[in-house]
Amino acid sequence: MKVAIVDTECANLTSVRFAIEQLGYSCTVTDDADAIRAADRVILPGVGTAAAAMRNLQRKQLVDVLKSLEQPVLGICLGMQLMTSHSEEGDVECLGLIPSLTKRLEVGELPLPHMGWNTSMPTNSNPLLKTAEQYCYFVHSYAVVVDEYTIAEAEYGQRFASMIRHNNYFGAQFHPERSGKVGESILREFLEAKLCYYLR
Amino acid sequence: MLAKRVIPCLDVRDGQVVKGVKFRNHEVIGDIIPLARHYAESGADELVFYDITASSDGRTVDKSWVERVAKEINIPFTVAGGIRSVAQAQELLSKGADKLSINSPALLDPSLIDTLVAEFGQQCIVIGIDSFFNEETGTYEVHQFTGDEKKSRKSAWQTKDWLQEVIKRGAGEIVLNCMNQDGVRKGYDIEQLAALRDYCSVPIIASGGAGEIQHFVDVFNDAKVDGALAASVFHKNVFSIADVKSAMYNNDIAVRPIEP
Repeated sequence: MKVAIVDTECANLTSVRFAIEQLGYSCTVTDDADAIRAADRVILPGVGTAAAAMRNLQRKQLVDVLKSLEQPVLGICLGMQLMTSHSEEGDVECLGLIPSLTKRLEVGELPLPHMGWNTSMPTNSNPLLKTAEQYCYFVHSYAVVVDEYTIAEAEYGQRFASMIRHNNYFGAQFHPERSGKVGESILREFLEAKLCYYLR
Repeated sequence: MLAKRVIPCLDVRDGQVVKGVKFRNHEVIGDIIPLARHYAESGADELVFYDITASSDGRTVDKSWVERVAKEINIPFTVAGGIRSVAQAQELLSKGADKLSINSPALLDPSLIDTLVAEFGQQCIVIGIDSFFNEETGTYEVHQFTGDEKKSRKSAWQTKDWLQEVIKRGAGEIVLNCMNQDGVRKGYDIEQLAALRDYCSVPIIASGGAGEIQHFVDVFNDAKVDGALAASVFHKNVFSIADVKSAMYNNDIAVRPIEP
């Protein structure tokens, strides 16, 4: 099993790598197109802003590479938002791997960022998260709008998509690498489950 | 529903966890890694590591343990202590720290906050504020270099103004340490925290004063904070995180259950 973590030059790469290694898998943090294409699983992490991360991916000429992948791909936090068509954060076109939209959370008087442990409600077709009311760790101010690609929902001032999926592309708004045993289980499912059903 | 966070704070000095009273007379509590693992396994929602000597000695936090902590635990953790440059911040984040807490260096150069937020994102930049209630003037004053008795001094800022300044500059979270309460276990400074909550559009974490289980219930119910930080009560086994979370649950405060 080859696991590639796409080097988006964002801050949380290390904790993602450690989490994968703790599950007993080796992985490489890479921006090499061939290494990404050859991996059995690809993880797209990201924190910071959508515009900066998209600039990094364009500079590294990884946009077309990521669009061409057929193995299971997991976007985490900003990485999930980059998978959508468009982000309101900086009004930036994203990768369009999943035809969803990323918008600023409208939470009224509640503090932003949405930071801390919150529960997700998975749909029946969620192969990674099988139990409802599981707490995961979130840190974000923008979120993906609930639509037909949503496979888990959460609520903070408004409903939003906490997990999304289209074909072989999966996204998690929370940080599975920092979400205790629930997060470990999601990562393990992503690495070990037969996700070929979801291939194009 | 977003859970209220219970956050053990580990004051680090020379690679060990220490605890002082009112920032002074530090005693050794134990080694970093076993304590981090213990708290992560017993229900902590995140951890804060604070190198109390870093800012005042003009040196940066010893970093080798950050990577070991990142490997060892699967909950978020914050590193604080003497971070005053993009390069230092980059190194700590690349070792696996989730958030960085900036205190005295931000008071020396507030633009550091803007720089770090632009570089790494709002989500990982926490501002720590040491706030002291001056009984003579009746005002809350921001103090700096509080890790060293000889260098600790008040800044020119009043707490409310500094809070608004750091939020304007992009801080993602505030840890408000109420110095008068620190280490004396008489309860969080509900009055100050509740007053500042109204000026704080980002999450705010209460620090200083936890001595009884009820103190956690009170600070969440009455000051509407997002998290509560505590050190000595956990280090000395006065009660456990499970005890705190059980009381919170019984008082209808949203908590993340402890994983079996």
